[in-house]
Amino acid sequence: MSDTNEPLVRFVDVQKSYDGVTLVVKKFNLDMQKGEFLTMLGPSGSGKTTCLMMLAGFEPATHGEIFLQGQPINNVPPHKRGIGMVFQNYALFPHMTVAENLAFPLQVRNMSKSDTEDRVNKALDMVQLGEFGGRRPAQLSGGQQQRVAVARALVFDPDVVLMDEPLGALDKNLREQMQYEIKHIHENLGITVLYVTHDQSEALTMSNRIAVFDDGVVQQLAPPSTLYEKPENAFVAQFIGENNVLSGNVISIDGDSCHVDVGNNRSVHALKVNVNNVGDTSTLSIRPERVVLNPGSEYNNVFEGKVEELIYLGDHIRTRMVVCDDSDFIVKVPNSGELGQLREGDTVKVGWKMEDCRALD
Amino acid sequence: MSDAPLVTVDGTPLKVSLGRAKRKAKIRALLLVAPLFLFILLTFFIPIMSMLLRSVDNENVAYTLPNTADLLAEWDVDSGDLPDEAVFAALAADFKAATVSKEDDINATKVGTRFNYEKSGFRSMFRKTNKIFEKGGVEPPYKEAFIKINKRWGDADYWRVMQREMRGKTDSYYLAAVDSGYTDDGERAMNKPGKRIYLKLYGRTLGISLLITCICLLLAYPVAYLLSILKSRTSNLLMILVLLPFWTSLLVRTSAWIALLQKEGVINSVLVSIGVIDDANRLLMIHNATGTIIAMVHVLLPFMILPLYSVMKTIPPSYMRAARSLGATPFTAFTKVYMPNTVPGIGAGAILVFILAIGYYITPALVGGQSGTLISNEIARHLETSLNWGLAAALGALLLVAVFALYLVYDKIVGIDNMKLG
Repeated sequence: MSDTNEPLVRFVDVQKSYDGVTLVVKKFNLDMQKGEFLTMLGPSGSGKTTCLMMLAGFEPATHGEIFLQGQPINNVPPHKRGIGMVFQNYALFPHMTVAENLAFPLQVRNMSKSDTEDRVNKALDMVQLGEFGGRRPAQLSGGQQQRVAVARALVFDPDVVLMDEPLGALDKNLREQMQYEIKHIHENLGITVLYVTHDQSEALTMSNRIAVFDDGVVQQLAPPSTLYEKPENAFVAQFIGENNVLSGNVISIDGDSCHVDVGNNRSVHALKVNVNNVGDTSTLSIRPERVVLNPGSEYNNVFEGKVEELIYLGDHIRTRMVVCDDSDFIVKVPNSGELGQLREGDTVKVGWKMEDCRALD
Repeated sequence: MSDAPLVTVDGTPLKVSLGRAKRKAKIRALLLVAPLFLFILLTFFIPIMSMLLRSVDNENVAYTLPNTADLLAEWDVDSGDLPDEAVFAALAADFKAATVSKEDDINATKVGTRFNYEKSGFRSMFRKTNKIFEKGGVEPPYKEAFIKINKRWGDADYWRVMQREMRGKTDSYYLAAVDSGYTDDGERAMNKPGKRIYLKLYGRTLGISLLITCICLLLAYPVAYLLSILKSRTSNLLMILVLLPFWTSLLVRTSAWIALLQKEGVINSVLVSIGVIDDANRLLMIHNATGTIIAMVHVLLPFMILPLYSVMKTIPPSYMRAARSLGATPFTAFTKVYMPNTVPGIGAGAILVFILAIGYYITPALVGGQSGTLISNEIARHLETSLNWGLAAALGALLLVAVFALYLVYDKIVGIDNMKLG
């Protein structure tokens, strides 16, 4: 590569329509660096899988260019792109053994028999399935099939590995275990991964960066912590993690902060994120764990809350309250051992800091 | 853990208890299949078995001529002499008894017909003799009397055949079915080359069936593939078109092919009018093997499409995509990944079409002409026209054996578990 900063994968103004009436992907731009683990996260139908399929070459882009290592690949057929792919149902070939499945990409590249064997064995060891080479995929458990699928997508050293909801069919425990395994493989081999999921915790666990999709548009592209701490709009705030929402009108703007009237002359002091003018409507986003009961004087926002429902969750008590007319206001009260402090129907003071309350569109 | 058998809480052995619990389900399963099982047994299995028995059955010869059969067994064929007077006397007694018998199975003319399959001349010999006995019979000495009625009674070769076929079971139908028979010396041998028909017919039947199966596979594969990838609304519509032939009578469809393919038919006329062929050289596409193949491919095509479709429908498109993303060209992806996964459908379709083709009767009978008739037509001819049911049964039994043999070969090569009919 001549330019070390050149992105490995590049989408430029990519649009996609299946029916010529609606756009499934509206102006998608993305630069992906070598070695990155990037996740496209979004609800189903948001266009994330379509983007993946366009990169893999199974769907043509309606408009725009896709570059791989600086080369436009719109007219390159899938088998010449050198992109590994892990499918949701694994797509292991049922008529071949595990070893034959892994050898397939090497055989179609006319690799010598001994090299093929070496690579297959190495790949099997990498996913801890050394003894399973002679089995058929149907004789493996879901997790093992998943590992074979990952190994097969990696065995021919592709430039990029695409994963399309690969853990969707596994149960919760196995899914979490596989998340770590894939993350470790990524770290150990330094491969570039483009991952698609609708599971936010999966995205947060594994990714360097996450692109949150909705309605064919990337709402925010940022590292996991930024997405959670500093969502740029109401959709991202809602989609990533739990979120309390208050809505109102901006009454004053003061540098980085602003005051928002949430009704009944209650003014909330909030961080100005994307409100511009006094009088705009705004959605305030406050994370449940940033709200405290009986706040001290350092808290700028203090309001009355009426306890509606208490749910015991072990490490914390999830408390649903009515705060500023919002009856779905959730507060996570840490379980400090003093159970029974709160009763349904109690009225308590709740408070949060200005920095933890973001005024969004 | 001890090796003592497990018991339930009240002490019954677990196996007994489980057997009791399962018995009800077993009885219910039996009751569910019982009506169909009885139906098949009565209308299919028993008739076929009795038909197959006919291929070796010779009982009514010995039944009609019991006294002759007893005495003739002791006659030494190779002596060169005729049987002695006692045999002729027994024969006369048997003929006499046959003329007055009311039983259907006791009929000297029928026995003559039976012997006539082995050696021509028997039919007229027995009919003539029977007529004489109906008018009152003959006086001793019987040997001279019989030879007077028909001089073939004095020919030891005829007696040799009679002695052989007096036995209750015979292999002569099977020998005839493979173009063989007994020589005048009583040896089994192939017929003269000009008189061999059935082996050639078996060969032709297998060949044409195989060809039809291959053509069906070639035609059905792309159609089934298209059906499997289309949206269900379009594919359902196309599926109706595939099944449309089943809604029309087989006779109508075959007649339509006659109208299309005959010498003055639609296709020839069109080809002549656009000048592809000239009027004197119209193509012969019907009443020969070509006609049989074309019409039967059309009739049997759905039997290939349906199993192929049902298998292809279950192959996720991600297999092909995975193969492509792993670096396989579309052709390699198809041959190495897609096609091996359709083998169960190919197997099922091929075996269905082949077995249907090998026993097909009506289409070759209508459009087959001389070169396009199959073994089933010959079986039908023996059942309906020549009334040689024993030979028909033997030909059918051999066909059945051939099908079973092919089935075993198929099982060996493809594996019958690998077949998927739907």
